[in-house]
Amino acid sequence: MTFAEKILAQKAGLDHVEPGQIVTVTPDFCMSHDNTAAISKIFGKIGVERVKDPERFVIVLDHTVPPSTEKYALGHKEIRQFVAQQGIVHFYDGGVGICHQVLPEKGFALPGTLILGSDSHTTTYGAFGAFSAGIGRSEMAVLYATSKIWLKVPSTFKIVVHGRLRAPLTSKDLILKIIGDIGADGALYRSVEFTGAAITEMSQAARMVLSNMAIEMGAKNGYIAPDDKTFRFLEGRAVRKYYPVYPDSDASYEKVLEFDASDLIPQVAKPHTVDNVAPVEEVAGTKIDQVLLGTCTNGRLEDLRLAARIIAGKKIATGVRMLVLPASREVLLDALSEGLIDTFVRAGAMVLNPGCGPCLGVHEGVLAPGEVCLSTANRNFKGRMGSRDAEIYLASPATVAASALTGVITDPRDVFEGGAE
Amino acid sequence: MIEGRVWRYGDDVNTDVIFPGKYTYQPLTAEEMAQHALEDLDPDFAKEVQEGDVIVAGANFGCGSSREQAATCLKAAGVAAVIAKSFARIFFRNAINNGLPVIELKEGIDGIAKGDTVKIDFENGIVIHKGNEYHFPALPPEVLAILEDGGLIPHVRKEMGKEKYP
Ligand code: SF4
Repeated sequence: MTFAEKILAQKAGLDHVEPGQIVTVTPDFCMSHDNTAAISKIFGKIGVERVKDPERFVIVLDHTVPPSTEKYALGHKEIRQFVAQQGIVHFYDGGVGICHQVLPEKGFALPGTLILGSDSHTTTYGAFGAFSAGIGRSEMAVLYATSKIWLKVPSTFKIVVHGRLRAPLTSKDLILKIIGDIGADGALYRSVEFTGAAITEMSQAARMVLSNMAIEMGAKNGYIAPDDKTFRFLEGRAVRKYYPVYPDSDASYEKVLEFDASDLIPQVAKPHTVDNVAPVEEVAGTKIDQVLLGTCTNGRLEDLRLAARIIAGKKIATGVRMLVLPASREVLLDALSEGLIDTFVRAGAMVLNPGCGPCLGVHEGVLAPGEVCLSTANRNFKGRMGSRDAEIYLASPATVAASALTGVITDPRDVFEGGAE
Repeated sequence: MIEGRVWRYGDDVNTDVIFPGKYTYQPLTAEEMAQHALEDLDPDFAKEVQEGDVIVAGANFGCGSSREQAATCLKAAGVAAVIAKSFARIFFRNAINNGLPVIELKEGIDGIAKGDTVKIDFENGIVIHKGNEYHFPALPPEVLAILEDGGLIPHVRKEMGKEKYP
């Protein structure tokens, strides 16, 4: 059986399942964020007083922190009341970080677990060997009441990545290349397993980028086999014992796709779809107004390190706003003690509170009509970061940092010192 | 059987253009949500949509965010069904869970244009357009039951032995 078949069979208490089969399961953990206010209201309509298993739920405030309007502030207040009423202990208030960074850091993203979240990028925890997928608000409300949900067993694509990424290339360039090649619906409904030498070689943070963006090709989840790097990350963090699940060696895959990381060049997703991908040369020279370094895709320490290495001692181009958005308080503190924040601020960047910030276009740096943003986030849909007449390009932290210095989209290999690693 | 006027869109209609992120964390009424439906894709839609209209689109309808308002705003706008070559999975679930029928149709979509009329025979799984019949696969019984009960919440209430709505 594939990973998805094996773990869904296990969670449903069955020996064997087939793709297409519907199973009823109880997730190990369920995640929601600022949308908990709306979910708690739907929960009220079910007519059940108490959340069935409060310890299964993890709530992280991250989308509009600190709240920029009275309405958002009220939403947060209602969530705090709900959390207190229902005895939900795993609650992280604004400032701790973005949910998809907080769950791994706080030890919930565990190998062999089933995690559902009312956010599409819940796929991120696949990098830890969890089966994790996004669901809607009504479904989360029903999970509060019953702890049960139906899932369809997906068929599986195996994506094998040979070779090795060489700096300043990152896993972001790789996933953009994959999505560009197979399309925004290339893995629709499928479970994806990322494997191969390039994945084994990658850091845990780099793997999270792949699983995070698996949803951008339509995948239900994006699994990476947990290994020593994963176990080491989880040491002292895991909230409980865990039991990794690996696909069988004779598992049957609907498709096997092969890529090579060795000859990859920097990739950029052009407006307004994530699969509108081009090599950086094609868009080099495009004038930009804003750059965003951060988010749940590329706001981790190694991303900030790479960008700081390019920016150190230099100045952001005149007319460009550079926003730095660390994925969590832990990342921010590490970046502070390594002097990275100092580098960014001296270069002229604005450093934002850990959270989602401008990624979803509600506060902290929205775009005016006609403006262009180059971002390390995972989505460039029309209107996502403010005006529907603005344009969003997506790229790696290295490309974003290099471009911040020049004011136009720039190939990071032109400015990266230290050469290929 | 329903009959509806068609709004026609292409591939990869994403949740940000169906229901912009800037409204997602505001408590809006169904009517207010309907006013923002498809705002960033087709500003005419919310103004001119009529009860019983049908959306016909290409592949991967509803890709992107998990926001349930992408389904509820269409339902609130009066959309009777969405027919597409394929759907993003979270949107598909959200639609069913809000009692909005979603039909995956592999054939015939390319010939349907804005303003056409389509008939949908849910019982037999047939879409009729200009006299041609196109078949779509039935939903699994577990899923159909949710749709028939008007969505997930009424369905769960029913299963718990409560009346349909408080
Ligand atoms: S950082 Fe952006 S993509 Fe990630 S959870 Fe927040 S809004 Fe969503």
